[in-house]
Amino acid sequence: MERERFGKHAVLFEPLLHTRPAFYLAVAILVLVFLWGAVAYIYQFTTGLGATGLNLPIPWGVYIINFIFFIAIGFGGTLTSAILRIFNAQWRTPITRAAELITVCGVIFGTINVVFALAKPERLLNLFFYMRPRSPLIWDVTAIGSYLVLSLIYLYLPMIPDIARLRDTFPRRKRFYRFLALGWTGSEKQKKLLERVIGLLAVLMIPTAVAVHSVLAWIFSMTIRPMWHSTIFGPYFIMGAVFSGIGALIVVMAILRRLLHLEDYLKPLHFNNMGILLLVMSIAWLYFTVAEYLTVFYGNEHSEMVVFWAKLTGEFAPHFWAQVLTCFVIPFALLISRRTRTIAGTVIAGISVVIGMWLERYLILIPTLGRPMLPYPQPSYTPNWIEWSVMAACVAAIALIFVIFAKFFPLVSVWEIEEEEAHAAAGGHQEAVAPAKGEALADAS
Amino acid sequence: MPRWGMVIDLDKCTACQACSVACMAENNAPLVGRDESLHNRAITWHYVLPEVEEGDYPYFHARFLPRPCFHCAEPPCVKVCPVGATYVDEEGLVLVNYDRCIGCKYCVTSCPYGVRYVNWRHYHWPEPMEQYLNPEVPLRPEGVVEKCTFCIHRLRRAQEEAAAQGRQLTDAELVLLPACNQACPASARYFGDLDDPESTVSRLARNPRAFRVLEDLGTEPCVYYLAEEKN
Repeated sequence: MERERFGKHAVLFEPLLHTRPAFYLAVAILVLVFLWGAVAYIYQFTTGLGATGLNLPIPWGVYIINFIFFIAIGFGGTLTSAILRIFNAQWRTPITRAAELITVCGVIFGTINVVFALAKPERLLNLFFYMRPRSPLIWDVTAIGSYLVLSLIYLYLPMIPDIARLRDTFPRRKRFYRFLALGWTGSEKQKKLLERVIGLLAVLMIPTAVAVHSVLAWIFSMTIRPMWHSTIFGPYFIMGAVFSGIGALIVVMAILRRLLHLEDYLKPLHFNNMGILLLVMSIAWLYFTVAEYLTVFYGNEHSEMVVFWAKLTGEFAPHFWAQVLTCFVIPFALLISRRTRTIAGTVIAGISVVIGMWLERYLILIPTLGRPMLPYPQPSYTPNWIEWSVMAACVAAIALIFVIFAKFFPLVSVWEIEEEEAHAAAGGHQEAVAPAKGEALADAS
Repeated sequence: MPRWGMVIDLDKCTACQACSVACMAENNAPLVGRDESLHNRAITWHYVLPEVEEGDYPYFHARFLPRPCFHCAEPPCVKVCPVGATYVDEEGLVLVNYDRCIGCKYCVTSCPYGVRYVNWRHYHWPEPMEQYLNPEVPLRPEGVVEKCTFCIHRLRRAQEEAAAQGRQLTDAELVLLPACNQACPASARYFGDLDDPESTVSRLARNPRAFRVLEDLGTEPCVYYLAEEKN
């Protein structure tokens, strides 16, 4: 019956129609984790930022790390939906919607972490009342604000044709879908307009994302602290965002594939191609890291060397070498060979990179702050249960958004897949070339 | 318009820390308690830094660096404040507007000298202690950043008293004006107008023994140190 109603791609609408008991269990667990984190934050809000492990001279910790980390994770979405779109890589089609949702979640939860980091959060709106544009934080407010708006529109617009189909065929929630479908009829004129707007947004997304990650980096590099005040930080953060974004996207793809039975849509080809991208980025990571550390080492400035040795052989050596292992050794070893560039292989590499890039942000923040330029007593910072709980709640909230989203909208863009199939059937050679090549690559692996 | 500055003679300083104590009492430093203090949360606008000893016995050399805020002419903390809560006033003092600060702590991380402090909690003063609070210095709300003001309240009061008598503040009145200077038993500290070439501080700042901390950062600190041996 569903096949009649939804056609060939009925499996993509499956989660909207049927709910398994496991779903309620998952939601219950996620809600519990979220509430636990909410309680932790309320406790922090009422007792002050002193409830966390933060102190002087390390007043920025897990929250600021997560601010960068979550927003960077979101770059995976921009990459697949905007950059790969411009390069006309057709294989990206089944990934785009989930990827865009990651971007939106990443930007929202990254930004919220800044609020957690404020010692006086009730004065947040002062950022708008008393805005001082020469502060890099205001550059962030501007860039991230634009990015959030753009990525929300970019998530929503390509959903309209699918929402319209739900409006016409789905048994429940008629009014909800009618409202969101914005009167979509599927006429040629509407389609052409939608394609054009999506194309324009894709072009706008790229400079915005580059701006976002540059100004995130510039928060640090505009200061005169050792190993922060560096010109490489802007490009380094962009590269790091692409790197962790792809890693996270692979993990999300694998989870969705398993839970929503998307085996026919997210094929080994996709993991293979994303794996190759991740491999390239892990090599780029090595290059950037060597460039940064070699420059510091060769220059041999005293204040920088204090931080340098703290990272390489001192207090932060375990973090540093774990980061080298997770950002380069593991992904490179797994992804260099076709035999291990399987779904399991790319997922392990993806998880490794996500962990490694969190460590990287830790290593950017804490060692520089923890080595003040004047001889203060030895500082120490250990994140406490509040910071970890809030972080867990953020992850749970993102998962919850995905779970609930999947109950209202298909997580794979159905109309775009059909469009492509129609093109291929009509002998649209130009479009058919790219997937054919990709298929061949996947078959070979 | 004056530009306030300070000179501290390290060859006279005995590291008794009377300056730090006087500062805490004068400026209503919150009593954070032992645990918080061990957790690097004490608020000490004035702090005496131990300098690492150099050389081998018997030629080693120990020194202490009493550190107020340096009230830089090019303050890195002021540039980064997103809401303009920290600012340079017309007499060159770097100050904080406690009513506007959002507690982002960007200024804390961008200050190379570590002079800025965070109100991590809501602090209160136990029963008899609250009667010792200085009514001239505002109590800071939880969550805001605070720092040394060069005892601006003393400065303003002295300026008003002088103005009422229809005269300018004299250099002699200024030298011991901040609480830290007044408390110094070794008379190692001087305060005054760096723009007045005849003032005690500008004469001492021109002394060959004078240096500033991390001078090559280009922050132009208004606190000079005097020492026979520079580093």
